[in-house]
Amino acid sequence: MAAKRFPIEAGHIMMFARSVGDDNKVYYDEDYAKTTEARGIIAPPTFPQSSAQFDPDYFLRPKVGQPWFGSGKNPTGIQRASGGGGGGGGGGGGGLHAEQHFEYHRHIRPGDVLTATVKPGKTWEKEGRRSGKLIFSESITEYRDQNGELVITARGVGVRTERPVDQPAASKSEKAEA
Amino acid sequence: MALKASQLTVGETHTARIVEDLKRTQIVQYAGASGDYNPLHTDEVFTTKVAGYPSVFAHGMLTMGMTGKMLTDYVGDARLTKYGVRFTSQVWPGDTLEATATVKAVNGDLVELDVSTRNQDGVEVLSGYAEARVDP
Repeated sequence: MAAKRFPIEAGHIMMFARSVGDDNKVYYDEDYAKTTEARGIIAPPTFPQSSAQFDPDYFLRPKVGQPWFGSGKNPTGIQRASGGGGGGGGGGGGGLHAEQHFEYHRHIRPGDVLTATVKPGKTWEKEGRRSGKLIFSESITEYRDQNGELVITARGVGVRTERPVDQPAASKSEKAEA
Repeated sequence: MALKASQLTVGETHTARIVEDLKRTQIVQYAGASGDYNPLHTDEVFTTKVAGYPSVFAHGMLTMGMTGKMLTDYVGDARLTKYGVRFTSQVWPGDTLEATATVKAVNGDLVELDVSTRNQDGVEVLSGYAEARVDP
């Protein structure tokens, strides 16, 4: 489950930078970017996460002809047994992102074509005050460029919770029935 | 406009407001750009009725991305060598976030930073570190 081919594209970088509220011209203006230390457009630091777009199996993207757990006619497009938290990373007590780490061996730019390889890391458990038992699992993604050079090492930690994370009292009263 | 090791003091900070009154539309933008279409972030019906949260909430990676702007504005383009975070609390539509980098150490041509992002109530939503190349 990883992007075998992650082409770094200028338009994608521009949209990504906009989405994180970053108007630095080094992410979209080639003429300006050439005058900077980056000597051309580069990707913002968290851009590697968008390799999900190029992962054919990425489970948090609706796929043609397959059920999707978001709402349509009904609040969810997937029937599931009650109490069976999880599902596609959401659901009552599903997976959340706990940690993310990047090491930049060099900064990526349009024209690079990366390959991601994912290795599982550690798994551990913790008792949480606000959401019951927490199960953490780590994965390490290595991004290599078209020359086989390691450019970015990413380490993500996901957490699955027994139930949705409790909210402070103020917002809890608005909470819909699970 | 890179940082200079000779001018950095351990403990000095750089703070920036990275979002004011976070809009659901920005979360939608992030979903579209990143490819993470988890309905928990954009689908109010699913999130309240099925998942049991009071509202949609931001991707942790959106908070990390917005915090990244504070960092790259501070250390300069193409200077980051490491950036890692833990997501310590959820970020909701309407939140206003401030991100802070604190100089932890200067080692030769590298600066180590502590990174923290807090919401309008002072609750830390992201806690982490970064490392960047600096000039002498």
